[in-house]
Order: sequence, then C-alpha cells, then structure tokens
Amino acid sequence: MIPAPFDYVAAQSPAHALDLLDRHGDEAKLLAGGHSLLPMMKLRLATPSVLIDIGRLAELTGIRAEGDELVIGAATPHAVLASSELVRADAPLLAHSAAQVGDPQIRHRGTIGGSLAHADPAADLPMALLALGGSVDLLGRDGTRNVVADDFFTGFFETSLAEDELIAAVRVPRRPGQGWGYQKFVRRANDWAVVGVAAVDGRIALANMGSVPLRAHAAERALAEGAGPAEAAELAADDTEPSEDVHADRDYRRHLARVLTRRALTRRT
Amino acid sequence: MSILGTRVLRTEDPRFLTSGGVYTEDVVDERLDGACHVFFVRSPVAHARILSVDVSAALEAPGVIAAFTGADLADLPLVKPSPMFNPQMTRSVLPADKVRYVGEPVAVVVTEQAYQGEDAMELVDVDYDPLPAVVDFGSAADNEVLLYEEAGTNVAATFGDPDALDEHLFDECEVVTTRTILNQRVAPAPMESRAGAAVWGEDGRVTAWIPNQGAQGTQGGLARLLGLKPEQVHIITPDVGGAFGAKFGADPEHVMVAWVARQLGRPARWTETRYENLVAMTHGRAQLQTVTIGGRRDGTVLAYRLEIIQDSGAHIRIGAMLPFLTILMTPGPYEIPRAEAVARSVVTNTTPIGAYRGAGRPEASAALERAMDLFAAEIGMDPAEVRRRNLLPKFTEPHRTKFGALYDTGDYVAALDKVLAAAGYDELRKEQAERRARGDAVALGIGLASYVEITGMGDGEEQPPQENATVEVHPDGTATILTGTSPHGQGHATAWAMLASEELGIPVDKFTLKWGDTDLVPEGGGTGGSRSLQHGGSAVRQAAQELIEVARERAASELEANPADLRFDVGRSAFEVAGDPDASVPLASLAEEDRLVVRTVFTAPGATFPFGSHVAVVEVDTETGKVVLRRIITVDDAGFVLNPLLAEGQRHGGIAQGAAQAFIEEVVYDADGNPLTASFADYPFLSATEVPSFELAEMQTLTTYNPLGVKGIGEAGSIGATPAVQNAVIDALSHLGVRHIDMPTSPQRVWRALNATQAEKETA
Amino acid sequence: MQVELTVNGRRRTDEVEPRLLLVHYLREVCGLRAANVGCDTTSCGACTVLLNGTSVKSCTVLTVQANGQQVTTAEGLASNGDLHPVQAAFRQEHGLQCGFCTPGMVMATVGLLSENPHPTETEVREGLEGNFCRCTGYHNIVRAVLAAAEAGAGAEAGA
Repeated sequence: MIPAPFDYVAAQSPAHALDLLDRHGDEAKLLAGGHSLLPMMKLRLATPSVLIDIGRLAELTGIRAEGDELVIGAATPHAVLASSELVRADAPLLAHSAAQVGDPQIRHRGTIGGSLAHADPAADLPMALLALGGSVDLLGRDGTRNVVADDFFTGFFETSLAEDELIAAVRVPRRPGQGWGYQKFVRRANDWAVVGVAAVDGRIALANMGSVPLRAHAAERALAEGAGPAEAAELAADDTEPSEDVHADRDYRRHLARVLTRRALTRRT
Repeated sequence: MSILGTRVLRTEDPRFLTSGGVYTEDVVDERLDGACHVFFVRSPVAHARILSVDVSAALEAPGVIAAFTGADLADLPLVKPSPMFNPQMTRSVLPADKVRYVGEPVAVVVTEQAYQGEDAMELVDVDYDPLPAVVDFGSAADNEVLLYEEAGTNVAATFGDPDALDEHLFDECEVVTTRTILNQRVAPAPMESRAGAAVWGEDGRVTAWIPNQGAQGTQGGLARLLGLKPEQVHIITPDVGGAFGAKFGADPEHVMVAWVARQLGRPARWTETRYENLVAMTHGRAQLQTVTIGGRRDGTVLAYRLEIIQDSGAHIRIGAMLPFLTILMTPGPYEIPRAEAVARSVVTNTTPIGAYRGAGRPEASAALERAMDLFAAEIGMDPAEVRRRNLLPKFTEPHRTKFGALYDTGDYVAALDKVLAAAGYDELRKEQAERRARGDAVALGIGLASYVEITGMGDGEEQPPQENATVEVHPDGTATILTGTSPHGQGHATAWAMLASEELGIPVDKFTLKWGDTDLVPEGGGTGGSRSLQHGGSAVRQAAQELIEVARERAASELEANPADLRFDVGRSAFEVAGDPDASVPLASLAEEDRLVVRTVFTAPGATFPFGSHVAVVEVDTETGKVVLRRIITVDDAGFVLNPLLAEGQRHGGIAQGAAQAFIEEVVYDADGNPLTASFADYPFLSATEVPSFELAEMQTLTTYNPLGVKGIGEAGSIGATPAVQNAVIDALSHLGVRHIDMPTSPQRVWRALNATQAEKETA
Repeated sequence: MQVELTVNGRRRTDEVEPRLLLVHYLREVCGLRAANVGCDTTSCGACTVLLNGTSVKSCTVLTVQANGQQVTTAEGLASNGDLHPVQAAFRQEHGLQCGFCTPGMVMATVGLLSENPHPTETEVREGLEGNFCRCTGYHNIVRAVLAAAEAGAGAEAGA
C-alpha cells in the first residue's frame, strides 16, 4: 500500500527529463499526475527506482489550436481538458471523455499524457484518441516524432513510446459541430468501463474489448457502405477477443459492444 | 417541553468536523511512545500445509526488530469454537501447520517505522504445499477435502434435522413452488479498517486500544486468547469508524499485537490495509437457501420450508451460528400454519463469516420475501395482495410463533398499507403496465418486502437482556454518563444526554459520555443487535431517575422539608418545596459535599420486534441488464423515536447497505479460493451515484418492554431493503418470463436471466 | 529530500523520503490526522484535501510532488473557532455518523462547490463519487451539500 523506495528528481525542462531517462534507462519512470503510476507503485506492481517528475513543466501544458488540429500539452490534467472551452467546441468527444475518468479528485491530477502512456485498454482517453484519429508527439533526443493513435497502442499496457522518449503533446482534429457518441458502461461509478464505445466521423473505438483499445473495423466498413447504425452496430464485436472477469464474460462483453455501439451511433451525446 | 422525540443535533459533531475523530491509528498517547509497527504476512493460497516459514532475509531488512512464526506463538491457547460446534475445529492464533484461506496470517514482522514493514514482508519466504481448495457450499458438504482433518467433516453444526424433513408439509397445498437461491457473501467494509495498539505495564496488565463494538467482550476475548484473566486486560476504545457487526471481540491480529508488545517489552501498533480488511475481516451473509412455499390459489400461504447451508468460511466465528437466528425468524410477519427450517454450517477455504448488519435476520427475510413473490407469481396474484392476506393481524399482546420467538407488538398490515400509499403503488403499477404495453426497453420494477426482526436479544434464558448506566451530576452543573454500550456512529453521546437531560434538566451539551474503557466501565453488552437504545438508553433514563431520588433526600435535608413535599422542577434543574418556588436548591449544588452519582442496571423482559415494509422502484435496461435504483420508500417501525435525526440516519444507512447487497455488492472467489474482489476498485462498494434519496414514512408502535417504548432501529433498513430491491428487479422482468435472479442482480446476471427465458421461449 | 509546503496557511520545511505519501506527511509529520487512509486503490476519498485549492486524494500524491505548494486540510477550514459553512451544513443535516469519511467528504464538498456553486442533486452525487461512506447511505450528505450551496458556501470556498 506504499511504494518500494525510489529516488525522485523534478525535471527542470523536457530536455532535462530526457537526460535523466537516458541516464537511468528502464529503472526510471516519468511522473506527471501520477494517477496511473502511483496506484501501481502502491500495489508494488511497478517498482521503478527513479521517478522523474515532469508534472509541472510549462512546456508540457497548455491547449491551443494549430491549423486544423488542437494541440494539448501532455501534462494537462483531465479536469482542465474537460472544462476547456476550446476542446468542448472543437473536439467535444475528448472533453467528454476526460470528464468520465475516475472521479473529480482523480481528474484534478491525472493527465492525458499519463493516461495514454499507461495504455489501459479499459480507459477512457486511449479509446477517445483512437476514435478521434488523433496522434501523439513523442519527444526524444533527436526531436519530436508524431505517432497516430492507430499505431500507438501496441499491446496490453504497452505503447510505441520508447524508453528514452516522453509524450510532449496530444493532437486531435478539430471538428466543431460534428456529431459524436460516447458510451461508457460501468457497474458502479468510478469504475473503468466494462465496455466503452466512442464514435465520431465514421470511426468507432472500443474500450476493454481486447488488450488494446480497438477500432470496430467491420462496423465502420458497414457504415461507410451505407448501413444504418443498428445494422452496423451488429458487427461491432467482430474480430474481438475480450477478456473475462468478475464483471463480464466474453459473450456479455460482445453483446455490450453491439448495444453500446448502436447507442453511440444514434444517441448523440 | 419534552426533549424526547425532537431533532437534537449531535454534540459529537464539532470535534469530528474540525479536528476529526481519533481512531485507533490516530491515537497519540505517551504510553505508546516508541511503539514498534506490526505487520502480518498473509497466505496467498486458500488451502495448504505450511512446510516452512523463513524469516531470515526479513530480519536483515532495514528497521526490522523481529519476526515471528506460528512456532513462536505455539504456547498461546488454541482458539476453540463454542460448544455447539464441532470441537475438533480448533486452530491456532497464528497457524504453524496449515493455512485455510487466502489472507490468513502466517508470519509477523515488526519494524521501527511504518514504511519499513511492507519492504520487510516481501522478504519472508513461506513454502506452501497446496491442497485442493473447498470453495463452494456443495463441495464443502461432500467432505472429500477436509479443512480440519480431526473433525472428519466440514459440517461445523446442524440446526434441526436436515435429513428428517416433514414430507407431508405441503399436502394441503393447491400450489407448491420451490427454488434454491443465494444470499451472497458480502464484505462489511467499514471505512475504518481494523487496527490495534498495545502496551504492557509493570503490573503485568496489558492496555490495548482496539476499535470494537463492546470493550468488555473484546477484553474477554483478548484475555482468553492470551491466557490471562480479564482483569489483566485493559481495553480502551478510541473512536470507531464503523463496524456493522465485524468488530466484536478480539481477532487473532489483536492478540498478536498484544503478544508482540509483551515479547519485545515495548508498545506495538498495527493498522490493516484495505486489502487485508477485505480478505481477513469477517465477511457477512453467505447462505445457500432452498425455499419451498405452498398454499391455495386464493393467496393463502399454507406451508413454508427453509433449508439453509451456511458458509462459515475457514474458521468458526459468529457466522457459523447465524442460522439459529435465521431459523428463529423463519415465518417473519406472516401467519403460516405449517413451517419448518433446517440448516447446516460448513467450513470452506474462504474468509470466515461473522456478523453483518442484521446478522441472520436479513437472510430470513430475503428468503421469505422471495418465496412470497414466487408464490404470488405462481398463482398470478399481486404481491402486495398476497402479503396482505397472510400478514399476522395487529396484536398488542405478545405473540409467540411456532419457532419460539415472542413478538412483543406489531401492526404489519398497517405498515404495508402505509408504505404502499407513500409509494403511490397503484400509480406505479399503472406506469409499469403502460411501459409494458409500449414495449419500453427500460422496464419498471416494483418490489416489496414486509419484515419483522428481533432486536435486543440478550444472552438467552439465563441472562435476560440488560445494560448498566452510571449518571453523575457535578457541582459545576455538568454531568457524566458511563454506559455499557459502544457507539460507533450511532450518536449515543447525544441520545443518552437527551434521556438524562429530560430527567435532570441539565442541557444536552453539558453532558460527557464515557464508554469503552474497561477500567471505567467493567461491564457492558456493547452495541450490536440494535440493543443500545432499548437497554442502554433505558438504563440511562433509569439511572437519572434514581439519581433524582437520591438528590431528593439531600434536598429535603437542605431545605428542611419532607421529601414528599418537594417537587423537582426540570426546567430549573432544582428542587423546590411544593407551592414555594423560593425555597429551592439547585441539583448541582447537592453534589458539592458528596458525589451525586447513581449506577443502575436496566433489565428488559425480552427481545423486541421492530417491523416494517419497504417498496423499491427500479428501472432495468433490458438490453444491457443494468439496474438503476429509482426510489426506495420505507416504513420502519421501531416504536418510539427518541431523536428523529438519528433514527433517520440509521434507516438511511441500513437501506443503503441492504440495497447494495441486492444489486451491486458481492465477494467473489475463483475456483481455487483466490479472492477476486479484494480492493475497493474490485469490490463494488456502493457510491453516492447508485442510490437515490430515500423516502421514509413514519410509524411508531410502541413496545411495552421498556418505559420509553423503543425497539431497535439500527438493522431494520438492511433487512427490508435487500428483498425489496431484489424483488423489484425480478418484477421488472416478470412479463418477460423471469422468475428469479440471484443477488446481486448485476448487469450480467440480469442479461443471462433474460437470455435464459428467451431461450426457453424459443425451444418451447 | 527537503520540501517546503504551506499547510493550512503555515509554511514549513521538512526532510522527507521521496515515497512519503502526502496523506502520511500530513498525519505523521504535521500531526494533522483528520484525513484518513481508507483504501489502497485511490477509491474511497477519505484522504481528500485541497492542493492549491483543488481537491485531491492525498494518498496518491507524493509529498515531494507538493513541494512549494499549498495544502488545506479539514483542520484548516474553520476560522476563529466557527465551523466553515460546509462543516456547519454537515452538522445541521446529520451528514456524518462514525466520522471516518467526513473530513475527506467535507474537503471534496468544498472542492465541488468551488467549481459548481449550485449543483443539482445528481451533480452532487456525481461530484462525490470518489468519496465512499458506509454509515449514512449518502442521503444526509447530499442534503448537507445542497444546504451548504444554498448558504452560499460555493462562493466563499471559491474565493
């Protein structure tokens, strides 16, 4: 219930953080809001020996419009994202998704960068980013590279973020006025989704239907071919192998995926 | 102007709101200076022989003072079950030979600082030889794998004769229906986990701070397991952050904290984590019940049978004997000509079962109310009507049931009628019909429960229920009350002050209540079974009245008057000569020369039987199975209401816990006995968003068993709400052919039930 | 590591382990024990305090993360011996029984009302979904928050 011992450094800048990552290798973890990492460390599921605090770096905060994209600093807390006028206007699905994470206290601390790096397939923001077709700016020694959401989540709690990189910013397309849907099925408030669905602009993303957030490709294809929402939603669980746990078995998860997809497509949130 | 029956704000609150309660972990006391910190290494397997426990690496870790295993504590007495149970089911405080549930302590590590404990515990190496785990009721009773080899069986006790059921019980019934239902295991999960602190004195006494529900019981338990006389144990009860039945007596961990303190010659402290709390604090409920109910098509119930398998968990604790109470309350508030109930308690490789809000009685009501609805569905009659036809008519003289319970007063039909009116039952049925006609995907369900329950039981025939109280008035006009009850949120400081204030004319905020310190209050029954107001409160009132009589004699002497000519003016808190207000003497002044203090014992003629009816309204999303609780309307009649604010609070808390069991909470084990709900992230603990505000209707049917006319209210809410909510969920889907869904009615369970009836329809 | 925090308006300097959780710093180092530890999984909210005016679960904040920042605990709400409006409302509505969840519940409420001074009942329940209570069934807690809002506690808290 308390972490194993570790050393702590407050990075002075993103470059400083990269230096430290370089120096400590896989012994180090980045710390922003700490609301994905610290719970794991408290249960001793993660035992880094060095924490590099990037939570207060000004370079990693801020939300701005840049052409047809919104650029969101990775260390932006969920609460700030959820209440941002700009995000609510131009990418409301993202603001809504951030408002679903955990509870108010968690939203005051947890950050979008932290959540994406943690890559919990049941979480809100990875699913939202996938639905929006957003991308992440990964800062490394050689500069910044951009990875689209479809390529970013590579495995169970794994991303293409290299050991010597940090997420600097998150980019999402600006789609003011466009309809979107979001369904997060929970047994009890504050839970991760038993199954989640986010839909916008012909893209449908699923949470907790596999080891990564997934696109419901078959359903998307059906929509593109002119199928109605109910018809397309029937295909939402195709090619998925959801896990089983105390909340739901495979069949039930698949059923939920279909129902929630239909609702995400028809009930504009 | 009587203060009784008024909404007096709690005198406890300012402290709790500003500096916070002082719970065991918060206690700062010079006797505990330099305390070491105790940690328990716990078994990760459900059933295994312990081959070896190697603490050598742990002993090298920073700050580790000592580490102990079962072998070190081998001279402590064995924990023996009470005589009604299989006597071979004994165990050690710290096992040396085998573990029987995930979470059972197997080693103790003691460190200088709190943060060092977890680091050191990881270094303790235990070698287990795993045994097959017995996790469900059925396989436990098979006796293929035994938890206690010497016992030769996993059956800890039998109640009645499960093999000699009356095969003619249902002979006259036109309709008989039967079902096996689950009253699932839940976690009491008080917000304050368990904790303990102990230090030994030069005099060989141990002083222990332990959150508990009765210091005197904890004293006895600790003494017994340490091989001491009770007088050698001094229990101090700090503020307790909730208990709900799971903090009675002394747990093995408390014994070990005291043992460590003695062994090391320094104070020792322990606080458990939530994980430990969810696997090693006793769980609640866990009965598998087969209900059979029969009667006539006109709605008359003629016969009812209840067969119980009680999961006791790995150890014999309070849970193992709860079927006794369930059976006692078998017929509930109904007139059922023929009824029988039997039970077996079995041990399994799971967390031991203890008492949990209602302790045996919610199980009885849940079974009976399910049975009533099954019967109603079978004969196609409205469930409210079926109940009305079978409820015992109003009685004001005690009514003895065939199961030996003596109900004191009751008006069950009035409670039912009142709650139906408050709920707008007819309108609800109308709305339900409209939704069904429209084919709404969101179904409306209305569930009922009528209940009666037993409170203030006492220890049986030899020991009638009683409680002591001491009231003392001080010369400065303040007063102190000593009580044998043990409040942990119920507001006794305010309630007992109200009772004494009524008699003495001293303002409520001038009272100090003391409890839970066995040196101050050596006798007491604690707080549980909803006994406190009827026994403890009655004792306070009685003590205050007796104190007035003692004071009267002194006043008479002061005023040189005849005691019979004196009148006590409560408003002025003074004695005056009747007809001569100027000839008066204040009560407090009569304490100046000699202490003005009275100790009394109030004895009740027997247990009391509060009762009520609940209506729950739910919406069920038939596509996802998700249940939303829309309304709960209740009548909970526990006689006179001393302080409506406190009584409502108790009802709310009970209703929430009762509802939580019905549709949200459950402890889950996998087939190997691994707990799957051992954190608040996994255990679906009820949050504020899952329940609505509750609607409480008022009814007060006084008891004649104490001058206040009060029965116990603490557990009533949880007894009525569980079946009301469960019945509501099933009712929502009855038009789709669903007859039963086990608790909790989780979305998946509801969905499966809908699929099952759909499949039945398709194969038909 | 050395840290400097302002706790309930008083600045202090302490030497702490990096892994010292803020809740333990407040309880064991500052002696402010109103915030309680109720779980292991950032679920229950009994440890809720204000960090720079926003509600956080202090069991999931490292003391070193709060270096140079301001913490307000339940002990720091009342002034001149009077109850803060939220505390007063909790008392008035009997929004506490055993009291263990109460300091966290109160601080979460202060946080909630500073962001939403006039919440609906639903917004109150959702706003407190990170704070568990076993005793009250939440009914009177909700009443207390609504009463505090009515009394203008939100405007005051946000100041």
